[in-house]
Amino acid sequence: MIIDLQRFVSSERSRWVELERTLDKLEAEPNFRMTLVELQRFHLLYERTAADLAKIITFSSEPETRRYLENLVARGYGELHETRERQRRIFPLKWFFQILPQTFRRHIRAFWMSLAITLVGCAFGGFAIAFDPGSKSALMPFSHLQQDPSKRVAEEERATEDRLSGQKTSFSAFLMTHNIKVSIFTLALGMTWGIGTIILLFYNGIMVGAIAVDYVRAGQLKFLLGWLLPHGVVEIPAILIAGQAGLVMALALIGWGKRIPLKVRLRRVSGDLVTLMFGVGVLLVWAGFVEAFLSQYHEPIIPYTAKIVFGLVELILLVVFLSKSGSSSNRSLAEEGPPRSPAREPHP
Amino acid sequence: MKTAALQIRTPEGIVFSQLLAGPVTRFLAWFVDVLCIGCVLKILGSVLLLLQILSPDLARALYTVGYFLVSIGYAIACEWAWRGQTLGKKLFRLRVVDAEGLRLQFNQIVTRNLLRFVDSLPAFYLVGGITSLLNPACQRLGDLAANTIVIRNPRLSQPDLEQLLPGKFNSLRQYPHLAARLRQRVFPAEAALAAQAVLRRDELEPLSRVELFASLAAHFRAKVEFPPEAIDGITDEQYLRNVIDILYRTRTDARMERVAVS
Repeated sequence: MIIDLQRFVSSERSRWVELERTLDKLEAEPNFRMTLVELQRFHLLYERTAADLAKIITFSSEPETRRYLENLVARGYGELHETRERQRRIFPLKWFFQILPQTFRRHIRAFWMSLAITLVGCAFGGFAIAFDPGSKSALMPFSHLQQDPSKRVAEEERATEDRLSGQKTSFSAFLMTHNIKVSIFTLALGMTWGIGTIILLFYNGIMVGAIAVDYVRAGQLKFLLGWLLPHGVVEIPAILIAGQAGLVMALALIGWGKRIPLKVRLRRVSGDLVTLMFGVGVLLVWAGFVEAFLSQYHEPIIPYTAKIVFGLVELILLVVFLSKSGSSSNRSLAEEGPPRSPAREPHP
Repeated sequence: MKTAALQIRTPEGIVFSQLLAGPVTRFLAWFVDVLCIGCVLKILGSVLLLLQILSPDLARALYTVGYFLVSIGYAIACEWAWRGQTLGKKLFRLRVVDAEGLRLQFNQIVTRNLLRFVDSLPAFYLVGGITSLLNPACQRLGDLAANTIVIRNPRLSQPDLEQLLPGKFNSLRQYPHLAARLRQRVFPAEAALAAQAVLRRDELEPLSRVELFASLAAHFRAKVEFPPEAIDGITDEQYLRNVIDILYRTRTDARMERVAVS
């Protein structure tokens, strides 16, 4: 096609500028919704600009114009052909009480897998410490866990001064950030087809199992429960959920029996992974507070029974939250009928 | 086979390309981002020094949380606010986009940034670097999981026409319809190659230069056939200069130049 470039650019420029302005507005204001007339105009401008690009694409003398039009068409294409729901305002309460537990339940199979791997690790760690107490240093690489449990309990209960005095808040912040980093790592290792996630969950299980058997063998079950339950009933499930997210990613990557492309499989779980990880973050912030401000205090300061009851109440609330929260909105959606395909909804 | 650009075909049949960013440019952009994060943390540390007077425990806690949030949240916040760009990416003209050309979603930004934990293993993004070298779309693991790519928008610069075409008569311009056809048939990369060959003529051995210009001239002659009176008596190099003049200098420029000369 032979065209007069000068005339072509000067006659079409106004439409390109109008399209650019519309795209800027769409990108700057996520809540902006077009009227039908505006939408039709936007579509027309996009089609015209795409046609202009087709005309100019081989013109060596106009690389900047071509690049500019390519940029406009690429942005317009993204706006017009996007079928995923646009993220509008964030509702933290709705997200926490509905979306998070619903997402958790949607991938419950991966959670059971995560729990099973951890339990196998627990059994391994427990047996290892029971049959070979000398393996303690290899299984529990923390100095305060190396000493004899009875001796430690005696020391903790004898202590007259607060050893965390003046550092509780920073200790709490350290616990939160460290545990969240471990969780992110557990998720991210899902990209190793889940192998890394499984190893981390198994190792975590080994440590928990080894500590538990070590304290039970020393007759310190009550101390163990009082020490671990208040924060552990939230912290351990949070790590399990991170493992669940990692396994969800791994399952999408492997795609057993699914005849859909890898990109589509990963795209489908992407939002759920982020939801689960933000949920893990919230749980670990809570666990960090409890571990620094409550778990480290023992009898006679705080009775073990009170700590155990506190832990059990937390556990019940967490189970109810994850298993029941948001179910009513699920039911009402089911009563309304199947959701409309997002691909059929007009965009933007 | 590694491609330098990702081509996307729209349902309307229009093809647009996204130039892919290589691992080295991305590494440099990341290095700039690390410096930015360092600066933000330095400022945070200075501010918290004042708080340390009141409560050292709280100041330490805030610094720990601040360090965590800035190091993880910097890229997420920047890429979300600036549509796929951080300061480092802005500097190197890079941008994160959806691999299908669709709108970049918040979920994608978070996923690709959380997976940095694996990409950065064991040090200096070795896993991510190797993955992007092996991947046809230069994606690291985070990009694969989030279905994103990093593109580059190079600054396009026109060749120095004054140096190439020192005001000589261009016989090819006498045939505007053929000149227009030449513009239409020559690809941008071919035009750039011809311009570079002429710009670097003095760097070439005389014999190599003659051979190169002969083959380039033959290539462009095959694109559009000008009448013998337009090309007789001019060297291959001059023919090439005339072709570049046609390709790069618009008609208005040429007219203005003629007016200025007269």
